[in-house]
Amino acid sequence: MYKIAKSNLPALFRAIAETKELYLPIRRAGQVNFGPWSEDAEVDVETLKTVKSPKDVFFPQSENLYSCEREGKDIKIEPQALQDQEFVVFGMKACDIKGVEVLDKVFLADPIDTFYAARRDHGIIVAMACHEPEESCFCKVFGVDCADPEKSAADVAVWMLGDDLIWKAITEKGEALTKAVESLLENADADSDKLEEEKNNIRAIVEKLPYSNLSLEGWGGDKLEEKFNSPKWEELYKPCLACGTCTFVCPTCQCYDIKDYDTGHGVQRYRCWDSCMYSDFTMMAHGNNRTSQMQRFRQRFMHKLVYFPANNDGMYSCVGCGRCVEKCPSSLNIVKVIKSMGGEQ
Amino acid sequence: MQEELIKRAKELLADGTVARVLGWKAGDLPYNPEPSYFENEDQLKNFVYNGFCGANLSKYMIEASKLEGKTLVFLKPCDTYSFNQLIKEHRVDREKAFIIGVGCKGKLSIEKIREQGIKGIESITGAEMTDDAETLTIQTIYGEKTCTYASAMLGRCHVCKGKEHQVYDELIGESKDTKDADRFAEVEKIEAMSPEERFAFFQNELSKCIRCNACRNVCPACSCRKCVFDSTKFDSAQKANVDDFEEKMFHIIRAFHVAGRCTDCGECSRVCPQGIPLHLFNRKFIKDIDKFYGEYQAGEDTDSKAPLTNFTFDDVEPSIVGERG
Amino acid sequence: MSIENTEFRPKIVAFCCNWCSYAGADLAGSSRLVYPADVKIIRVPCSCRVNPMFILRAFEKGADGVIMCGCHPGDCHYSTGNYYARRRMTLLFSMLDFIGVENGRTRVEWVSAAEGVKFSQTMNEFAEKIHSLGKNVRLEDLRCRKN
Repeated sequence: MYKIAKSNLPALFRAIAETKELYLPIRRAGQVNFGPWSEDAEVDVETLKTVKSPKDVFFPQSENLYSCEREGKDIKIEPQALQDQEFVVFGMKACDIKGVEVLDKVFLADPIDTFYAARRDHGIIVAMACHEPEESCFCKVFGVDCADPEKSAADVAVWMLGDDLIWKAITEKGEALTKAVESLLENADADSDKLEEEKNNIRAIVEKLPYSNLSLEGWGGDKLEEKFNSPKWEELYKPCLACGTCTFVCPTCQCYDIKDYDTGHGVQRYRCWDSCMYSDFTMMAHGNNRTSQMQRFRQRFMHKLVYFPANNDGMYSCVGCGRCVEKCPSSLNIVKVIKSMGGEQ
Repeated sequence: MQEELIKRAKELLADGTVARVLGWKAGDLPYNPEPSYFENEDQLKNFVYNGFCGANLSKYMIEASKLEGKTLVFLKPCDTYSFNQLIKEHRVDREKAFIIGVGCKGKLSIEKIREQGIKGIESITGAEMTDDAETLTIQTIYGEKTCTYASAMLGRCHVCKGKEHQVYDELIGESKDTKDADRFAEVEKIEAMSPEERFAFFQNELSKCIRCNACRNVCPACSCRKCVFDSTKFDSAQKANVDDFEEKMFHIIRAFHVAGRCTDCGECSRVCPQGIPLHLFNRKFIKDIDKFYGEYQAGEDTDSKAPLTNFTFDDVEPSIVGERG
Repeated sequence: MSIENTEFRPKIVAFCCNWCSYAGADLAGSSRLVYPADVKIIRVPCSCRVNPMFILRAFEKGADGVIMCGCHPGDCHYSTGNYYARRRMTLLFSMLDFIGVENGRTRVEWVSAAEGVKFSQTMNEFAEKIHSLGKNVRLEDLRCRKN
């Protein structure tokens, strides 16, 4: 176990960035989102939640798959290069990492998504404990312990402890990263009691959060018929604006669309996040199989709370990060849905 | 005021004047009421009207106009401009609406409260419309915090258009003019920058756009059945943030399509998850329209010609843009 | 031996109305008046047909300047089309200026069917202006840039 003074963090970031690309929460025009580190970027590791989840680091909002270029009478096809350099993501929270575990179930299952797999193989995750969880958080409901990211799929876990940051390597990748920046770290074995205290403090706060005792009773993979046909959807979806905010800030929403862009001298085939809230979602030649906003709205919650667990041994594809709770323009969210239909027979 | 609204809603439902009520339903946190329909007395138990009821209900009336019977809708002074504009465009049916103009003393933004470092919110007092509270007292997991009502107000309320309702059947509650800033000050500040600075400013703001389309979907003026950006026959990536250009194109066109019809209700900026000051685009158009074609406030009436469907023989030439330097 | 021409050749899109300006361009041609080959004309039924999206789209696909030409106010084949176009373009150009796009990149000019000389003069002037402004980088889609 190591530590580093918070005031020395810029030096740590610089040291990491010397050899690897580094993604971390950056404040830009007033909002904090994950982005690449640079000398003049305004790093903000204090803000609890970034607006967008860090899922773009592994699954970007848009990415090229290949491009075609006209060359005289020939067409040259250039596949997109895969990620082949190691990179570091600093400051992911336990819920975000659980989100990545959900994405793994989708993209690393056969057939493996090579773009995603390459990023996962080369990514080193430095997870940060949530020092002060907020009222919109409900990660506990999905079995996430935000006080102890050690238990997650992270490579290194860090905690904010007063003026210091505690650093603990978990995996081999994490050990290697630690070795690379060892000169900046000090031994912190003496702080283990304080660390336990911090973890207990965080867990005590989590207990007090309004959503922490949310019950998932009535939801799960075996509730398909009953939930799908519930008359409650008609009522619940009404205020929905059909915007894509909830899906785009979500750490687990994984639907995407594939499109072609005509560059005038060739074609770029790219994929971009799709949202089940949009009218062209899963549009096919024959049209669309969800024709009303109620159906599209239902799709999102059924997917997270019923279809996904049915196909993935009961794993829900919501991690309780609470971003949709904070950002929905109509104040609708998954918590309201869980509550209003939970326990229904 | 909330009790009065519920009482009147119950009466109107009971005597059959209206078939349903469109208002706000209390959420599960102190700051997240949602727009909702109420069809009976029992449902009205959850009716709420407080400082967080910022949502403009006018646009929901497009759908409500298609339903059987009248809908009772609660509109704040600024919402009535949007409603009027929708009447003008034949998107809502005035006969299908029973409008109660509700008092407003400025609406609150949870983001503005969070910006002040207040988090872990358990309860908020002072957000009710019943008293003249100047301060919000916020109980949080991390202790009691306070902030002034004005500091937590939505940006649009600082340039309030006034406390007069433009269209209503009845009025309930007092309104307060919360204007304490010049409507065009922000636009002027940007106009005064150099082109390089302006470009950098918008590049920085728009780079945050996640293409969620919330600004468009919430906008009462964006009432097309199918938006041009949702057309599958048009190669604009309406949901992909692939290139800076796409964002600029989307936001310029979004504002352009509502130019002369935008009432400046500020919903676009309220809903943006990335806090982009989208109203700047709309307000720039309004400012230009006022300057070039005479003062015009969309939604003030239901019969005037909109500036972009009108002209005079001696309008300014487009070259005026360069001449101003 | 090949000579690499690295000189900047702007791409200019000119939207010309069918009834006046396109005929004006025709007259310029048949009168053998010179205007730069960098100007690509797109014929539209009326200047009022030009949607703000056309202008942005042109910039997206690599135009360095966009000019719209129509009948003189009062002479529109459809009576009033160009009056509406005038208002739209004024607002659009002002918005482009507002977001920091160089304002010389867009222009509106009224050219009648008899004004071949004016057409060629206007295009020469505009091409020169775009030449001095250089490549459009503030409103281009990088995907369309040819490496």
